[in-house]
Amino acid sequence: MKLPGKLSLVLAIVAALLVLVVPQFLKNYGIYLLSYWLVFIIATMGLNLTIGYAGQKSLGHAAFFGIGAYTVAILMKAGFSFWLGLPAAALICFVTGLILGFPALRVQAIYLAFATLGFNTAIWLVMRNEEWLTGGTFGINNIARPSLFGYSLEGNLAYYYFVLAVTLLLAGLLWGLLRSPWGKAFTALRDNPIRAESLGVNIRHYTLLSFAIGAVYAGIAGALFASLVQFIEPGPFNVAASIMLYLMVVVGGAGYFFGPVIGAAVGVVLPEWLRDVPGVSNWYLPMFGAAVVFLMVWLPDGLLSIPDRIRDRRAARAASAARAAATSKVGASS
Amino acid sequence: MTDFLQLFFSGLATGSIYALAALGFTLLWQASGTINFAQGEFVMLPAFMMLGFISLGAPMLVSFVCTALLAVLLLGWLFKRGVVDPLFKYGMMPIVVATIGLSIAMRNGVRAGYSAEAHPFASLFPDKLFNIAGVTITMQDVGTFALALVVVMATQAFLAKTVTGRAMQAVAQNTESASVLGINVPRMIFYTFAINAVLAVVAAMLVTPTYLAKFDMGEGLGTKAFFAAIIGGFNNSRGALLGGLIVGVCENLASAYISPAYKDAVALVIFMVVILFKPQGLLGKKEERKV
Repeated sequence: MKLPGKLSLVLAIVAALLVLVVPQFLKNYGIYLLSYWLVFIIATMGLNLTIGYAGQKSLGHAAFFGIGAYTVAILMKAGFSFWLGLPAAALICFVTGLILGFPALRVQAIYLAFATLGFNTAIWLVMRNEEWLTGGTFGINNIARPSLFGYSLEGNLAYYYFVLAVTLLLAGLLWGLLRSPWGKAFTALRDNPIRAESLGVNIRHYTLLSFAIGAVYAGIAGALFASLVQFIEPGPFNVAASIMLYLMVVVGGAGYFFGPVIGAAVGVVLPEWLRDVPGVSNWYLPMFGAAVVFLMVWLPDGLLSIPDRIRDRRAARAASAARAAATSKVGASS
Repeated sequence: MTDFLQLFFSGLATGSIYALAALGFTLLWQASGTINFAQGEFVMLPAFMMLGFISLGAPMLVSFVCTALLAVLLLGWLFKRGVVDPLFKYGMMPIVVATIGLSIAMRNGVRAGYSAEAHPFASLFPDKLFNIAGVTITMQDVGTFALALVVVMATQAFLAKTVTGRAMQAVAQNTESASVLGINVPRMIFYTFAINAVLAVVAAMLVTPTYLAKFDMGEGLGTKAFFAAIIGGFNNSRGALLGGLIVGVCENLASAYISPAYKDAVALVIFMVVILFKPQGLLGKKEERKV
């Protein structure tokens, strides 16, 4: 998405005010919801890399989200610090992501979607059934929030700013990654794997890496999530959650850098808000599903494709006007 | 041994239902390259439609026919015109997302608009038990297996023997040549969607007496049918039958001999093994990579 300089500056200022100042005036629930949104932005950023930039259809992203959350929760229950749990979660997700990438070297597209979906089912079954490790359906409760340089992040607002800082850091890293040769290799892989290979891109490495890096983002998001909600059980990490993450990426706009920001808002904040609207509460999920169908039929490339679409239309109109002018001129001269 | 046979036969009944849903998947895939993530809900909705007609006092057969007609209209025609046609040119991803949205809407729509409870559903078959050499089989299991088999075979025969069926296969194999040959391609594709809808209604009629009519009954069914379709071979309708039976039987055996808690992972494990060694499925043909 390319916006004129002035507009993007205004947007950036509005966004900065929104995320930095507004939370000061919100009640606890509002702050919690914003933190929740940020956590999902991180998770969908990773998935956007896998789906939107590298073109791998992954429907198992919630499994990594869960692995991150459980890693932190289990390590903290065992007496380790959050600051050990977070990198451990990222590392485990990186390795698992590499492993999950292997089927992607054999199968593509929809087969891959189902292989990853199956992987998610397997992880979820382990979370639900291995009570000695994960607490089974009872989950793990009383997950503490960490402290940083002596400051406690126990308070909702403090934790929100912590999550915000992590989000911005990870977004910056992703921005850099996408502009590096790696990012170019990922998009080459998406656009035409065979051509990419003939140009010397090692498809194997980049396919595996796209899964692994995407998984790390989900793992970190999961770790933050565990500490945010302070109680985890297998529910939020099932296949339906993966599908939801996938929806968020596509609805926001797969392959658009800010897609996850919009997508997570549609997938997380909107349902929460609709839940409280009287008369809608019962129907918010059917409405959400129907909205997704309409949105896809109307805008298959996601919400962030609207500016592109407007620009395309304007360009087409300008071109046809120019053509008309040219023909009339030709007509007049002859 | 008796236990094993017992489990094997009831597995066949479950498997034949997976096969019905899986056949729908492979048909849509062949004819229009569509993956319908709402396939499970396409079975759930007719179950509730039939319940509705029966509660209005219609006998089983009448309500089946009415439901089939309604399903062809809603799940066949409307689905094709409303979702698949406009999205077809954008590739697979928007269709996948749209059908996921559709499944969320259908599942939760039934929950919000009708009921979240499980509703009993009368069986098509009499409540009778067979006892052969110590193995007890219910009439429901035998009937389900037999009827599903007949429906799958009939679909096969229709595709292979009739002119319309052959035209449909031509469209599935090469859309451009088919239209050059004067085949009405959109109509053939619609037939596929209609057949998919009818198969879903049959599956609903067979599966609901055992599993009860519930808004989320499609969730597991859709995924397993999909695994079954891939195991058997995605571009082969006979593969759907084989895959469905394999998944049904293995699942039943695994839940008895290994662990009921991991029953749902069985289809997944077979699926993983199959795609790692034979990505095109057991009976599938290899598809060429296109540059």
